[in-house]
Amino acid sequence: MENRFLYCSKEQFERLLELIGEAGYRLLGPKLHNETIILDRIKTARDLPIGWMDEQDPGHYRVKRREDNAYFGYNLGPHSWKRYLFPSKEKFWSSKKENEHLEIIPEPLDSEKRAFIGVRACEIQGLRILDRVFKDIENYRVRRENTFIVAVNCTRCVNTCFCAAMGSGPKVTGGYDLLLTEVVDDRQHYFVLEVGSEAGFKICGSLTLREASDEEVKTAQAHIERIQEKRTVDNANIHDVLMKNYEHPRWDQVAKRCLNCANCTNVCPTCFCSDTQECVHLDGQAVDRWKGWESCFTQWHSYVAGVGSVRPSARSRYRQWLTHKFGTWWDQFGMSGCVGCGRCITWCPVGIDVTEELAAIERGEQ
Amino acid sequence: MIVPSVYQVESVVHETEDIFTLTMVGKESGKGFCFLPGQFNMLYHFGYGEVAISITGNSSDDTVLTHSIRAVGNVTRAMQKMKVGDEIGVRGPFGTSWPIDRTGCDVLLVAGGCGLIPLFPALYALVENRKQFGNITLLYGARSPSDFIYQKQMEMLKGRGIQIELTVDKADETWKGRVGVVTPIIKECVRKPDNTLVMACGPDIMFRFAVRELLEMKVKKENVYLSLERHMQCGLGVCGRCQVGPYFVCKDGPVFSYAQLEQWLNIKEL
Repeated sequence: MENRFLYCSKEQFERLLELIGEAGYRLLGPKLHNETIILDRIKTARDLPIGWMDEQDPGHYRVKRREDNAYFGYNLGPHSWKRYLFPSKEKFWSSKKENEHLEIIPEPLDSEKRAFIGVRACEIQGLRILDRVFKDIENYRVRRENTFIVAVNCTRCVNTCFCAAMGSGPKVTGGYDLLLTEVVDDRQHYFVLEVGSEAGFKICGSLTLREASDEEVKTAQAHIERIQEKRTVDNANIHDVLMKNYEHPRWDQVAKRCLNCANCTNVCPTCFCSDTQECVHLDGQAVDRWKGWESCFTQWHSYVAGVGSVRPSARSRYRQWLTHKFGTWWDQFGMSGCVGCGRCITWCPVGIDVTEELAAIERGEQ
Repeated sequence: MIVPSVYQVESVVHETEDIFTLTMVGKESGKGFCFLPGQFNMLYHFGYGEVAISITGNSSDDTVLTHSIRAVGNVTRAMQKMKVGDEIGVRGPFGTSWPIDRTGCDVLLVAGGCGLIPLFPALYALVENRKQFGNITLLYGARSPSDFIYQKQMEMLKGRGIQIELTVDKADETWKGRVGVVTPIIKECVRKPDNTLVMACGPDIMFRFAVRELLEMKVKKENVYLSLERHMQCGLGVCGRCQVGPYFVCKDGPVFSYAQLEQWLNIKEL
């Protein structure tokens, strides 16, 4: 498969999603719900938030009408694709007691075929990160192998984006089955499609797409290149800066603003901490072990019986999050834990901006 | 490693008011367990949950799995009520082990309270190769004289060339030994600082003072090993709970050399 640019009309795009569904994939994609663009099951391309866009700032999120009918004219909502590969709550295993005998019952592997529609560059980096974190975890691996990825290049950004600084976007580079760039202006509305895998090739085979013209490709590229992000992080140096600044006064300052609500870890596409709970049936004879997301912003996260929480202060919990995400993640996985999606900035109820916190520490400010 | 195997409790010994020892065998295998001294298991008690507990006993004896547990949280307090024949889930072994293959040196083991539990398999391994080491000393501190565990096993160790120093935080009328924390006694126990291997397990505060003492005496930080305790759930480095700086204690530890921890151990609330 050489790197070819194909022309895909609106109608062909809508047909493409049908074909993916017909191939046995459950379609998952962005959808407008309660004035928020979330990820959910979609049936057709008509379920996408057509003609909507989002406006994001620290602690601020609004959806707005666009003047066109773009399918992907917004950026990111609070949901990330992590939720389908590492669900926020799932039964992990169960046990039973019969005549005083203990029986352990493993959960079957989830091998449902899912198609992620509209995966952005930063999100693909998020998947790469999770692939490393969960490389030895079978149920993650099986879910991942059964995932078909339709990526979309961003052609606009919001104020909280900083993917360029993290080296993850805005252009998608690999990690997809199919990649779309949407072009919509006064004169035209089409997609440029690139094929990234055998599975992707098979699915769009019956669409008989023509080669895109140089002009069509150039217009699409220009749509990506026009993105100018406002925020940045010194990704090359931030690990070393953080490692030297565990006692920086800025931690006290940010701790006064941080509510420890864990919103940032819930919207983060790479936060992977989990908590497993013992849920006993009412008859007392059976137990389900439920695993769900956990956040380093809770005291329970580091609780040791007889000792208490290792991180009892807000300062130490915020510091754990930031130094892990941008610092020790490199030591653990050879990459940053941040993709630059900016969700933690948008969804922070008090508008704490990680890029600002990192810059302040780097500048040595209080 | 994700779901436990079922083991059956063969004996229960209440060592002290809050520490008890369970021996168990695999329900299917009929045997104990292969592990390295210093490693831990995730033990599952039906209806209560899972806890990380270090493996004790002799690692060259695979007929039985031995766990000594301090009843301190919800799960371990329930486990304290277990009886012979009860069934328990076991997942493991996880983590790194003590450097028992570092022969040719003096060995000092420092235990604070239930910190003796993960050190005991190392002691068994050392006495089995007793001739390959110089002096071997166990320095063991407990809250009070009634909090010492493994009294019988310690007698056995004495007979096999292990010097034992005991101290208590708080003495009673029966106690004629030392009183106070373990750290000041460390100096007496180290004769050849440049050729002494130290293995320590106890509360974080004990590490801090013990390490300071050892480094002052010029014991090499590469020769000081510590076993850390943190909240653990998965044992596989994926639940994120046991992080200490760049490390996952469950897979990069629990046994670390001080050279690895130096940068991290003195940061408060890390």
